[in-house]
Amino acid sequence: MSAMLSKAAPAAGAAPARGSHGRRRRRRTAWRAAGFVAPVWLYVLCFYVYPLVSNVRMGFQDYSVSSFYTGSAPYVGLANYRAVWNSPQFGQTVLNTVLFTVGSLVFQFGAGLALAVFFRRVFPLNGVLRSLLLVPWLLPLVVSGTVWRWVMYTDSGVLNQVLLHLHVVSQPVPWLVSTNMSLAAVILVNIWVGIPFNMVILYGGLQGIPEQLYEAAAIDGANAWQRFTRITLPLLRPVTLVVLTLGLIYTVKVFDVIMIVTQGGPANSSQTLTTYAYNLSFQQLTFGKGAAVGNLLILVAVVFAGLYLRAVREPEGGTR
Amino acid sequence: MISVLRRRSSQRVGISAIAVASACMLALTACGSGSGSTSASGGVLTLNETDYYGAAPQNTQIQGVLNECAAQVGGVKVVHHELPREQLMPKLLQEASSRSLSDLVLVDNPDLQQMASTGGLVSLSQAGLSTDGLFPSIVSAGTYQGQVYGIAPGVNGLALYYNKDVFAAAGLKPPTTWDELSADAQKLTAGGHQGIAFSAVGTEEGSFQFEPFFWTAGADLKDLASPQAVQALDLWKTMVDKGWASKSVVNWTQADVDQQFAAGNVAMMVNGPWQLPGLDAKTSLHFGTVPIPVPNASAKPVTPLGGEVWAVGHSNSAREQKAVAVVKCLLSPERSTEWSKDAGYIPSNEAAAAQVGATDPQLAAFVTEIATAKARTAELGTAYPKVSAALYTAIQAALAGGSSAQAALTQAQSQAGS
Repeated sequence: MSAMLSKAAPAAGAAPARGSHGRRRRRRTAWRAAGFVAPVWLYVLCFYVYPLVSNVRMGFQDYSVSSFYTGSAPYVGLANYRAVWNSPQFGQTVLNTVLFTVGSLVFQFGAGLALAVFFRRVFPLNGVLRSLLLVPWLLPLVVSGTVWRWVMYTDSGVLNQVLLHLHVVSQPVPWLVSTNMSLAAVILVNIWVGIPFNMVILYGGLQGIPEQLYEAAAIDGANAWQRFTRITLPLLRPVTLVVLTLGLIYTVKVFDVIMIVTQGGPANSSQTLTTYAYNLSFQQLTFGKGAAVGNLLILVAVVFAGLYLRAVREPEGGTR
Repeated sequence: MISVLRRRSSQRVGISAIAVASACMLALTACGSGSGSTSASGGVLTLNETDYYGAAPQNTQIQGVLNECAAQVGGVKVVHHELPREQLMPKLLQEASSRSLSDLVLVDNPDLQQMASTGGLVSLSQAGLSTDGLFPSIVSAGTYQGQVYGIAPGVNGLALYYNKDVFAAAGLKPPTTWDELSADAQKLTAGGHQGIAFSAVGTEEGSFQFEPFFWTAGADLKDLASPQAVQALDLWKTMVDKGWASKSVVNWTQADVDQQFAAGNVAMMVNGPWQLPGLDAKTSLHFGTVPIPVPNASAKPVTPLGGEVWAVGHSNSAREQKAVAVVKCLLSPERSTEWSKDAGYIPSNEAAAAQVGATDPQLAAFVTEIATAKARTAELGTAYPKVSAALYTAIQAALAGGSSAQAALTQAQSQAGS
């Protein structure tokens, strides 16, 4: 079949096919195309559409422990959403999610941008240093999360030992064992995890800014700060938009970092919507409520994914 | 011509989409039923067993006792599967939904009633298993709507471990009341060492460790915010606030607590008998066990009953019969006594337990307590896990946050009641 095809192809290119001959070929092409697309469709249906539809449906059901065996779960309308909304924990969890996301994004982006600008200069070992900074990205999160947990232990953790010896603090900081500190601790770890991503993309964006602009600005007498705010930042805007929207989608759904470092505790003080959904479904075994929280998260992610798609579709739309 | 072609191809896309969808469903259902397939090669039936024993001595002992019982029953092979504690119930539920529930499951006794409420378990009373001579509390934990679904080969409870060397050096005797406990914890806190350790982790383990204090004070799980409950939580909170117990107790599991005790970092700990084999192996450590201290000398300790129960999942009658036979063997007096010894448990048979208590001084404290121990589901049934979640959250809020014991427990009661 393939041998026949390759023989037929140059002929078709040389002289356009006519009449029923061409129609048959086009029909065959359509079938072939469908054959190539089918696996993708199968994949998308099985692994995206089906679970998504199930989760949306589950959010409207009283899906309890016995539903698993009996297979029947009564529809309860918006009861799950109401229960979650009225739960005393929900407000705190939403606030935690916002603080976690904004805190992570601001510092990830700030540090990533600073490093990207820094690495634009030419100096020895630039490449080596830059690759070393990628390490947080390359390590499995379970490994880095577990190490951070050790680092942040109150009594024996290296972080507290360093801070105490430098006389930055007089008492050990209860990173993981205080309801006031645990959220800050997981944000800190997540910033560390996210810096390489921001740096790499922003560094790539910086490569696209022509050097002549800086030279011209320097001749005109612009100082370093002016060059940064008038040239770097505006020309980096499309990349910034992409980094921030992707970063937001990644951060809202962060699960592993929190699960490994604090498990959402103590007393739910570092619980975000993702870990809350997990907690409702798999620890309290109230799968309907867990699905409801999951659906809220999907909604947030979809909104920002839409913004992202708009941003990448018209990259020059916002520059002038 | 072109429009005809387009219409045809769109029809074709429609048809292929339907074909794809049905293929997808087929693949999914095939996967679902495939995992539960029966493998009966050469007349030997393979049964699946699932438990959450992740640490020695239990996880090193279980396969041996399963093999022995499989051999005794005959024509059957039992394969052991092990999951982390928090993944056991979700996994079992997933198995239940695909009708491939493990033939033998070892569930934590407070989860049994919830598991039985799904309808996926075989009634052991109907299968003819007897619970005569067992501690009534463990039988009640295994009973759902008048039927026994789970029976424990061994049970456990909590007692106070103390480091004999440290106590002797300080000239102290092990505490029996809360006042003595606080005083000793304070005296033994020095030089980076704490007086006491317990687990206040945000899981069932945290509730389990707190319940001896909670119940002994006279509190009831139906009212988490009672004055007695506040009194018990205040005891823990004072010990953490004053530094007699580490702030890290909110992150320590019972295994972590055991490590702290074994390393000599703490003078006392609240823990179960399953730590005994491991601690005994450490020859440099000299320790003793006493019952959990009580609020005043006249009170009796009321500890939660711990331990896992054997249950049989529904499959087909041939498999169920074999599984029940294996469970019968596992629960026979000789086997359960042997298992309890190896795993650091107390036999669930009252007479056997009394015998063990009389001969083993380390276990004596546990055996006395188990006579009066309470099943965690006794008052609340299937609602227990939810109340327990509210309780361990309150403990954490009081120990790790600024909350007072009263405020934390009041919040817990409203959460549990909702």
